[in-house]
Amino acid sequence: MDFKLDKAHEMMRTLYRDFAQNEVKPLAQEIDETERFPRETVEKLQKYGMMSIDIPKEYGGQGCDSLSYVIALEEIAKVCGTTAVLLSAHTTLCCGPILKFGTEEQKQKYLVPLAKGEKLGAFALTEPNAGTDAAGQQTKAVLDGDEWVLNGSKIFITNGKEADIYIVFAMTDKSKGTKGGISAFIVEKGTPGFTFGTKEKKMGIRGSSTYELVFTDCRIPKDNLLGELGKGFKYAMMTLDGGRIGIAAQALGLAAGALESTIAYVKERKQFGRPLAKFQNTAFQLADMYTKVEAARLLVYKAAIAKDTQKVYSVEAAMAKLCAAETAMEVTTKAVQLYGGYGYIREYDVERMMRDAKITEIYEGTSEVQRMVISGSILR
Amino acid sequence: MKIVVCIKQVPNTNEVKLDPVKGTLIREGVPSILNPDDKAGLEAALQLKDQYGAEIHVITMGPPQADAVLREALAMGADKAYLVSGREFGGADTLATSTTIAAAVKKLAPFDLVITGRQAIDGDTAQVGPQISEHLGIANVSYAEEIKVEGEYVIVKRQYEDRHHIVKAKMPCLITALGEMNKPRYMTPGGINDAYKTEITVWGRPDIDVPDDELGLTGSPTRVVQSFPKSLKPAGVKVQLDTAESADYIVDKLKEKFVI
Amino acid sequence: MSLKDYKGVFVFAQQVDGKLSGVSFELLGKAQDLAKDLGTDVTAVLLGYKVEGLCDHLAEYGADRVILVDDPALKDYTTEPYAHAIDEVIKKYKPEIFIYGATAIGRDLAPRVSARVRTGLTADCTKLEIDPESKLFRMTRPAFGGNIMATIMCPDHRPQMSTVRPGVMQKKDRQAGAKAKIEKFNPGFEKNDKFVEILKIIKEESNKKDIMDAKILVSGGRGVGSKENFKILQDLADVLGATVSSSRAAVDSGWTEKDQQVGQTGKTVRPHVYFAIGISGAIQHLAGMEESDIIIAINKDESAPIFDVADYGIVGDLNKIVPALTAKLKDYFAAKAKE
Repeated sequence: MDFKLDKAHEMMRTLYRDFAQNEVKPLAQEIDETERFPRETVEKLQKYGMMSIDIPKEYGGQGCDSLSYVIALEEIAKVCGTTAVLLSAHTTLCCGPILKFGTEEQKQKYLVPLAKGEKLGAFALTEPNAGTDAAGQQTKAVLDGDEWVLNGSKIFITNGKEADIYIVFAMTDKSKGTKGGISAFIVEKGTPGFTFGTKEKKMGIRGSSTYELVFTDCRIPKDNLLGELGKGFKYAMMTLDGGRIGIAAQALGLAAGALESTIAYVKERKQFGRPLAKFQNTAFQLADMYTKVEAARLLVYKAAIAKDTQKVYSVEAAMAKLCAAETAMEVTTKAVQLYGGYGYIREYDVERMMRDAKITEIYEGTSEVQRMVISGSILR
Repeated sequence: MKIVVCIKQVPNTNEVKLDPVKGTLIREGVPSILNPDDKAGLEAALQLKDQYGAEIHVITMGPPQADAVLREALAMGADKAYLVSGREFGGADTLATSTTIAAAVKKLAPFDLVITGRQAIDGDTAQVGPQISEHLGIANVSYAEEIKVEGEYVIVKRQYEDRHHIVKAKMPCLITALGEMNKPRYMTPGGINDAYKTEITVWGRPDIDVPDDELGLTGSPTRVVQSFPKSLKPAGVKVQLDTAESADYIVDKLKEKFVI
Repeated sequence: MSLKDYKGVFVFAQQVDGKLSGVSFELLGKAQDLAKDLGTDVTAVLLGYKVEGLCDHLAEYGADRVILVDDPALKDYTTEPYAHAIDEVIKKYKPEIFIYGATAIGRDLAPRVSARVRTGLTADCTKLEIDPESKLFRMTRPAFGGNIMATIMCPDHRPQMSTVRPGVMQKKDRQAGAKAKIEKFNPGFEKNDKFVEILKIIKEESNKKDIMDAKILVSGGRGVGSKENFKILQDLADVLGATVSSSRAAVDSGWTEKDQQVGQTGKTVRPHVYFAIGISGAIQHLAGMEESDIIIAINKDESAPIFDVADYGIVGDLNKIVPALTAKLKDYFAAKAKE
């Protein structure tokens, strides 16, 4: 068991770190203050293939493994939680299901432009009455001749108004519920009947475009059914298994970034005639934070490798997300505390990291859901 | 077009610190990077490739771990990579180094262009590029800010302190690139994977057609007889006052020293 | 051919547009010291077209003799005709030592020559001496990115060559009326593929004073934060009759021009007063200004390395201190004018 990254992955980490420092970090504060989607960063990510790291080369992706992908998310999240989530929503939640469940025609038509960086993707499952209880889908899809007609709404959709291609889940047979009643569809922006509702004002990841999607007699071609009829719920759960590894990496990055920043701060900041780092209370807290971040990192990397090598990796993914998210919340909160008064000031990034960290305990499966998955597995 | 780019792996001297107590360099833990001027030269070559179509061959002379910069170059888009490595080449000054590298470049003839960086951030001599061109018997244009190709010629914007020349040189020729001439592209993740799957040609002593007395320490007319840390100027006074007091302090010192 | 056949200290007398560059006089100043220690004389090697009139000027600053290579091929600098000329001069006159300015010309010409002649070359030397025992040339230069100093010698090859940055050596006092002993030499220039063609010469319009001539420099770094904020430094410079310079970080960010850059890859300056404002003090920057007489640093980071070389270090916010200083100085000069 080798815990060291090989040279290729080390070089990838250097690439992502340089990119994050030079291209992502300078915008992080501004896009948070103004709640602005960093379109220019997306274009740069697209240019260098970083929006499709784990998508196979034959579809225009970079053809790298999941480990490379989580390292990218980690390095980017260290400087900006928003950029990390828009990336992971596009790659894992939109490209992912088309790759796994789409027909060859759908892959050519949708996956290739998404992977090549020509289009941006999103994933629409959550509804006002269907959050953790995702099975309570109320958006309906009815087949009418050669078209599906969608009616309903989705909320809290990441990349909401900015995306071009959406994976939308809808009830196709209410009587069957989760066992065959929900299907997945590919919907393009601009389709008549598909509009946007509220732009959410959030606590954190404020640059992320989080919108309500509204479907009113929205007609899409029959061929836009993704995969098999009725298998939508299964596809959603499988997709979220991968998605939660991405979020785990985002949480890991937030924790690691806050930690790095705090370590530098306590070495410089002096009170009572010496640097804060010289106070054992501070030093011990940092030791704890460091250990927890490293533990989270190992779980995240392990889950990434499991995704590539195992057929089922739900438990690994759940543990990674549970641990990383809770670590992120704990570490970023402690970081603000260790920064003292300055930690509360928006110019010093740690308060943003703390606000960004909270959502990692909630979306793509709350920590409670992760506990359900893990306990369900061990207590079988 | 065939372009040979010479690159070097260097310690990131921008991050080296001095041990304040011993006055010596802290060399451990200093990351190695692709020399910035060379990276700009590689980017210039890649832009020529994008524009005119070209095969980019990168060469580096160094220890085995220098292959990392070759991988980086491949991941950015270079086509083939060569590592010139051997104990016999070590201890070389710029003349012996340029002799060795020129012999390697010769093996790739015929080529249209050789591009090197202006200088490396560890040696800072800016000598190897022009010396290589002399060994190869071709023209060189140093301090390039811009490179264009026109048929058999390159048109180069050549920088001087207070002016620049637009210079026309016949290929094959050598150009040394200024770090500020462009913003090098990033590698791609897939490019890195491919780079590590590509075979790098390694050339050792038998592959370099140069007599023994022109290589390594023996082939170096110059030698370092002494090296020592810079003697630090004794530290002056440091104060932390409020704004008005700070301004007063400076004015007083300027008066004291008869500056004003 | 024995090493003993090589005699004399030669200086490449750089001229541009028929005007001798300042570094040429500085090199002649140092060459005099070297020649004295060796018991030999100083020769300036002047290349150009219709530049004979410059020879006496070189004599005024220390050249015992001037080897003049005057030819249309040498009107504007290109590598090959210049390298060919120097190579032929070396073959004929066999100098023991040959020094050049480490300029955009010198740092291209000298290496090309060193490879043609197959001799040693040491770049960017800050100290040149003759070893008292061996009478060999000792050349000292910064190495490892400027973090250490190295002394280098070229025992078995001739000439021993080095380049020296402008502003490092000091020219000697002018001997007005000195006349040069001129030796005319022309090796012939036959065009070959190594010759390049200059299509256009574009001079940079610079109304600003050269920072190397300034007595007081107000220098800004990353801490200044923006191009607009350099105005507060310009205001301070205006009241002091000083010039604004900067670190590499400011140039790279587009806040200042390249000709204002102080440091390893910029200019070496030795003003009487150097204000280092918002400059952290990386080694590469210090290399360009640490010889300043008085260094005053303003930086909000008390652990910035600049404070290790500053004579007076003020820890504080430059955005407040610099304008306050400017205002105080304005008052001071106004009061003084009334006296």
